[in-house]
Amino acid sequence: MTNHWIDFKNSDCILIMGSNAAENHPICWKWVTRAQETGATVIHVDPRYTRTSSKSDMYVPLRSGSDIGVLGGMIKYILDNDLTQKEYVLHYTNASFLVSKDFSFSDGLFSGFDEAGRKYDKKSWSFEMDENGVPKRDMTLKDPRCVYQILKKHYDRYDSKKVSAISGSPEDQLLAFYKAYTATGKPDKAGTILYAMGWTQHTVGVQNIRAMSIIQLLLGNMGVAGGGVNALRGESNVQGSTDQALLFHIIPGYMATPRSNWATYDDYNTANTPVSKDPKSVNWWQHKPKYFASLLKSFYKEADLPTAYSWMPKLDAGQNASWLVLFDKMLKGQFKGFFAWGMNPAASGADSNKTREAMSKLDWMVNVNMFENETGSFWKGPGVDPKKIKTEVFFLPCAVSVEKEGSISNSGRWMQWRYAGPSPMGESKPDGDIIYELALKIRELYKKDKGAFPDPVLGLNVDDWGDGHVFDPHKVAKLINGYFLKDTTIKGADGKETVYKAGSQVPSFVMLQADGSTCSGNWIYTASYTDKGNMAERRDKTQTPEQAKIGLFPGWTWSWPVNRRIIYNRASVDLEGKPWAPQKPVLAWDGANKKWLIDVVDGGGDAGAKHPFIMQKHGVGQIYGPGLNDGPLPEYYEPLECPVTEHPFSTQLNSPTALMFAEDAHKRTTCDPRFPFVCTSYRVTEHWQTGVLTRWLPWLTEAQPQMFCEMSEELAELKGIKNGEKVILENPRGQLWAIAIVTKRLKPFDVMGNPVHVVGIPWHYGWVWPKDGGDAANLLTPAVGDPNTGIPETKAFMVNVKKA
Amino acid sequence: MKLGRREFVKLTAAATAVTAFGGLGFDLAPTKAHAQLLSLRKGKETTSVCCYCSVGCGLIVTTDEKTKRAINIEGDPDHPINEGALCAKGSAIYQLAENPQRITKVQYRAPGSDKWEEKSWDWAITEIAKRVKKVRDESFTLKNAKGEVVNRTEGLASIGSAAMDNEECWIYQAFLRSLGLTYIEHQARI
Repeated sequence: MTNHWIDFKNSDCILIMGSNAAENHPICWKWVTRAQETGATVIHVDPRYTRTSSKSDMYVPLRSGSDIGVLGGMIKYILDNDLTQKEYVLHYTNASFLVSKDFSFSDGLFSGFDEAGRKYDKKSWSFEMDENGVPKRDMTLKDPRCVYQILKKHYDRYDSKKVSAISGSPEDQLLAFYKAYTATGKPDKAGTILYAMGWTQHTVGVQNIRAMSIIQLLLGNMGVAGGGVNALRGESNVQGSTDQALLFHIIPGYMATPRSNWATYDDYNTANTPVSKDPKSVNWWQHKPKYFASLLKSFYKEADLPTAYSWMPKLDAGQNASWLVLFDKMLKGQFKGFFAWGMNPAASGADSNKTREAMSKLDWMVNVNMFENETGSFWKGPGVDPKKIKTEVFFLPCAVSVEKEGSISNSGRWMQWRYAGPSPMGESKPDGDIIYELALKIRELYKKDKGAFPDPVLGLNVDDWGDGHVFDPHKVAKLINGYFLKDTTIKGADGKETVYKAGSQVPSFVMLQADGSTCSGNWIYTASYTDKGNMAERRDKTQTPEQAKIGLFPGWTWSWPVNRRIIYNRASVDLEGKPWAPQKPVLAWDGANKKWLIDVVDGGGDAGAKHPFIMQKHGVGQIYGPGLNDGPLPEYYEPLECPVTEHPFSTQLNSPTALMFAEDAHKRTTCDPRFPFVCTSYRVTEHWQTGVLTRWLPWLTEAQPQMFCEMSEELAELKGIKNGEKVILENPRGQLWAIAIVTKRLKPFDVMGNPVHVVGIPWHYGWVWPKDGGDAANLLTPAVGDPNTGIPETKAFMVNVKKA
Repeated sequence: MKLGRREFVKLTAAATAVTAFGGLGFDLAPTKAHAQLLSLRKGKETTSVCCYCSVGCGLIVTTDEKTKRAINIEGDPDHPINEGALCAKGSAIYQLAENPQRITKVQYRAPGSDKWEEKSWDWAITEIAKRVKKVRDESFTLKNAKGEVVNRTEGLASIGSAAMDNEECWIYQAFLRSLGLTYIEHQARI
């Protein structure tokens, strides 16, 4: 989230699309309601009328997977009716930038497409630079090669009739939605978007969010109170686990994983540190070498930086090691050993049968969890003969969250400390202790009998993880913040020199050094645990009247970065530093004392001195984004499995760059009369994820005991299915049973003159428990993914439904 | 009379405060009985944050000082996000902690076996460490097909976990990367 949960109350219009917030993030609804009470309009756009719809002021149905059509239609509506926040668009976005003469777009494809390789050469998408190396701009926005005009031309095709025809959203409802939301383009109004997996789990997942980001920039809704782009994340610490980089493509603090084409430490820094020649661009990533050096030192305190870099494992240039690829390689026998730590991929991974089969190719697996689950017990799953499964499984029981101490980061980036209440039950242990013990034991083996490339194993700084036996979350939190490795003298902005003693905590990432004199496990968390104490433990609700007005709570726990509560907040004020919305300012410029008030300002310097989007190389919001793998502007493509053979915007039916596996081609279906219905997956409030925890809780299982399938009355009649009857859902990947819920909450969609039925299933169940609960929704979902992230397309795929 | 939750608890927990209840104008008998029960079992309060979705609702956990087991888990009224409220899942966290179906001992399944066997931690950590070392030593790759330095372990992969604390996530990724893993993924990808 750019903003935070309480900030929803500051919004004038809350759009919920790709999320069922009232059901899945129930307590956030408190803040949606507060906004409603002060006059905000709440809009829900979703294939299904849900608890969120019932509490919204407006509900617009759309066929699952047609979001870019609907959002593209809104972009056209904004431009046709001249509803942008003009000063904001002109100064704070790249609308005025000129794009290379070589850029073109034709019939669903951008320039530079390599059909055989299913990828783009992005060279022609770049900006045109002036003699100083700064992007050329046309502040009249009239040049046909400026971003504003390219945008206008691109979305000119997205008229509301075509959008309605493909999405199945009635045109009058679309127009009412566009009118209500785009009213937030007025400088003192704010609109926000709350989205979740309903947007990300598509082969156009990233572009769904890009389309909305474009709308937020056009309407001047980024950086302001009640605005922003807000992902409602699904797990209590999925924000933190992403920050700490339990992902193949990044290392902690959102830096790229080392790759084989960056042979040396210097190569890495040169390739990954952006340079801007624009004096007004803060270009914060210019500091990356300081963060990278400090990270290497947090791993390998005693090694010099080039050596520490050589010890980091490297991906090949261009290699994708994301989830779907990982399980594909596992199926092909690449891995002997596997950790499924606090995860249940046998139920959570797309194409669960593929995932389950893949695990049978392993020699051994370590499964850490609190309860028996479909992953650890895959060898005795449905249709599996244990005798034929060679995989050894170690099940390690871990403690429940309330039994241990440490921090988690919520969607609003608040790092909140938790304390241990009960002791870990029985012989269960906190995950931290298990990892620590395992790391120490492996080191012991390498000390005794060297083995392959032992230096990184033996050089790892485990001293900061505990006392030699027991894991210490405070010690690690201090390491993540970072400390000085030697006495260091730093000159402040005021010219004064301060000496920081070796061993003292680094007060802020501004003090991190590129020469190895500081360590920090994650630069965005620097300032979270300083010599003043653990900021995540704070419970001070004191606020200034301005902070109280927008519910900032700067003294409650801590928010990354540097306790900034609304990121890109510099865009909430005009070039003179005056808030666009004087009734709910995020920042105020105190000209007399030359300082910013209310929130911690993004960047620094006087009002108007710097561009507001400090993490972007050119300092402005990217309406046109030349860095993605599937195009600089979102374009309409159907899901890889879809109910139509054509759509109104181009002849390119599906994403030309989507991630897929040739061997799975026979398992995919489009417009196959055997599998005529669109299926989507979702959650219910009583369960969580694969149900790996919640299925074992009697209170929750009593409320939601088993797999169900929601369908419209029309489809039920067509298939002769009655409410409460058992049905079978199937496609070439798998089959599962569910109890039919025949409901008015789903309606057939009119898609280009044809009726299209959508059915929905929750993904909380699995064969292990409860005994009559059903199995995983992901038995039906395809292993195809977004070309940027690799996230699987589990929100729109084709099935058949029949009476059991 | 405006009572914060803390003051309210203090008031109800005080055995001599019976007369004070009259001034509140409603029947506090059940609350009083509950509070006395907590007091009898010597509960210790700690704060936590809900382990499910990412709203980050504050919890108050009451633990029996003798048995070290949870007595009660409820929303923290001082927390600015949830203001004491919890959803169905959050309200049921007590049953997550105090659940007889939790597995509390290490389990092992041998190749081809149809059952779990109980094992000790020492045995499991040693056996896993040996297997990690063996696969790492056998699959460690210094250079890729192009001859570029990669220093990675090809034969091991990991997924997980967004259910761990920040500090645990951090040491987990450092542990995996020090072993040379590049196939490191978790919930955030899916």
